[in-house]
Amino acid sequence: MNPINYIYLSAVLFSIGAFGVLFRRNAIVVFMCIELMLNASNLAFVSFARINGTLDGQVVAFFVMVVAAAEVVIGLAIIMSIFSVRRSASIDDANLLRS
Amino acid sequence: MEQIAAASGTSSLTWLLIALPLLGAGVLLLGGRRTDRWGHLLGVATVLGSFGVALALWLNMLSKPGEERAVRQFLFTWLDLGRFQVDVAFQLDQLSMAFVLLITGVGALIHIYSIGYMHGDAGRRRFFGYLNLFVASMLLLVLADSYALLYIGWEGVGLASYLLIGYYQTRDTAGPAAKKAFVVNRVGDIGMAVAIMVMFAAFGSVTFQGVFEAAPEASSGILNAIGFALLLAACGKSAQFPLQSWLLDAMEGPTPVSALIHAATMVTAGIYLIARSNPIFNLAPEAQMAVIVVGLITLIIGGIIASAKDDIKKALAGSTMSQIGYMTLAVGLGPTGYVYGIALLLAHGFFKAGLFLGAGSVMHGMNDQVNMRRFGGLRAVMMITSATFGLAYLAIIGIPPFAGFFTKDLVIESALARNPIIGAVAIVGAGITAFYMSRIFFMTFIGGKRWTDDVHPHESPATMTVPMVVLAFGSVFGGYLLMSNDRLERWLEPVTGYVKPKPDLEPIVITLITLVFVLIGVAIAVVMYLRRPVPEAAPSKVSVLTYAARRDLFGDAFNEAVFMRPGQWLTRSLVWFDNRVIDGAVNGLAASLGGLSGRSRRIQTGYVRSYALAMLVGAVLLILSLLLVRL
Repeated sequence: MNPINYIYLSAVLFSIGAFGVLFRRNAIVVFMCIELMLNASNLAFVSFARINGTLDGQVVAFFVMVVAAAEVVIGLAIIMSIFSVRRSASIDDANLLRS
Repeated sequence: MEQIAAASGTSSLTWLLIALPLLGAGVLLLGGRRTDRWGHLLGVATVLGSFGVALALWLNMLSKPGEERAVRQFLFTWLDLGRFQVDVAFQLDQLSMAFVLLITGVGALIHIYSIGYMHGDAGRRRFFGYLNLFVASMLLLVLADSYALLYIGWEGVGLASYLLIGYYQTRDTAGPAAKKAFVVNRVGDIGMAVAIMVMFAAFGSVTFQGVFEAAPEASSGILNAIGFALLLAACGKSAQFPLQSWLLDAMEGPTPVSALIHAATMVTAGIYLIARSNPIFNLAPEAQMAVIVVGLITLIIGGIIASAKDDIKKALAGSTMSQIGYMTLAVGLGPTGYVYGIALLLAHGFFKAGLFLGAGSVMHGMNDQVNMRRFGGLRAVMMITSATFGLAYLAIIGIPPFAGFFTKDLVIESALARNPIIGAVAIVGAGITAFYMSRIFFMTFIGGKRWTDDVHPHESPATMTVPMVVLAFGSVFGGYLLMSNDRLERWLEPVTGYVKPKPDLEPIVITLITLVFVLIGVAIAVVMYLRRPVPEAAPSKVSVLTYAARRDLFGDAFNEAVFMRPGQWLTRSLVWFDNRVIDGAVNGLAASLGGLSGRSRRIQTGYVRSYALAMLVGAVLLILSLLLVRL
């Protein structure tokens, strides 16, 4: 199969993720959408590595996974503590830093 | 000019002259209530001690030949800033000596008098502290060996006069009078400061010796600038036109203060300054002419004001103004006049102190009333006061052989030698003096009793009458002792120089003309105030001149219109400018930044999703621009 199709898939997945981040209110869903965007970019990196015949993209994909794992740990902890204080997982309710 | 000899032997006591009254002032002002009981005695003792030292120094000086009499006592270097060096050093020469004797002698008499006059006043100790401070400052002024040190005494005199004029703190009028004296003096002080700065810039020195040595090489512009600045300073301290207005209000102080200001200290400072600066004025004819004009104007307006006042102290104040005008005129005449100016000043010290102490004695007996229209006939109940006042009165109008005759006549003579017009004004001034002094004397001591019902006049205690008697002796014999045998001329000649004036008329003719004017003045006063009854209320239908003179010839109105109003207007416009333009620019900048911040703050909505959208849009734009650039 032409590897370019994986790029298209990656673009679609990234768009879905971005759309979810912008339009969903639930923090968990937003979080999952971010993960989706990260993995879409991973898919793009790996595909480009395959197309170009180099290992650079694969290495970067590993880095992204590590970052994503760390992010999940911290992000979920933050969401948990906000939920325990505010009894809400809506990101629109956490707006104390507005002007 | 050769180096002045350093003080040694008796003359090394010079510093004690100032230290004694300064110590008295320090003890009395810092000692608080525990010095109340003996404070006045200490105040008198320090000044008497100073007088004793002055006498010893004088005798010591007399034993030396004329050129070796001046000594300089160096105490310590006060300021040493590169080229600018100010020593605390005293220069005691014949001119200083004459002033020191006058200040301490008359000052001591006034101190003794004050014991009686201020008896029963709660603040008597404070009063004596101020008096001592006054005397110490004045001594510093006349003993300084540089203009910088003189300036300290100059300011000290201003401070002490401020404290003493405002002594009656409970009176509403005393505070403004003290402030007025201080502010007007401050205008004159600007002249002093400018003179010192110009001297330092031009000559690199502010000592008398340094300045006078360098003066002959200086340009006439610089010399005239210094001369005019010094004249301004002298006008402020000596209450000369146009800075004369404070002297009349200065009568708010206790009467001994008036005596001290008018006879021994303060107003004589300006004359001293000009006489001391004679090497500068001799080289600056324009400034010298200005001195003469100021003296002439003041001697006439002082006389006119004195002729219209019903307040005995204010009338005497006008007379002081006029007499100081004579002295200013004399010292403006150059070497023919310096000696006579100082002679009149010394004689004036006796009779004016006598007059003021007499006025104080009258007030003491009349429940502190000052309106001469409610006096009259006091001769019968106040024998000593009326006798001493009368002798001083005869002295001031220049009846031979009293003190004023010897001294004022010579001033008129040297004025005539300079210019007939100047001499004529001085002679007319003598007539005016005779008129207003006769008016004061007649209204107070002679004629019918016009007393208010509640007064019981009585003679004052001995502490007050004895100084008056001593001063009366000075008024009678002072002139003869000073002027006979050219005594003062020879005494002052090494310091001020002396040239005998050569008027066109014979001296005896001038004397007769002057006497005729004096007698006319007395005759007018006799007709107006002895032959006719004196009304108890001041007449309201009066000539324009009287109306103006009662208001100090509109001196205050003039100052208000010319200086105060524009000053206030300037202040207000500066405040407006400050508020609107300077503050406006700063506040406007701050406000516009604040407004901008308030608008840009709205971007921070607090919604994570809008931030995410902004990031996405930013990233897209970045990528698009990268693509565009590559294309």
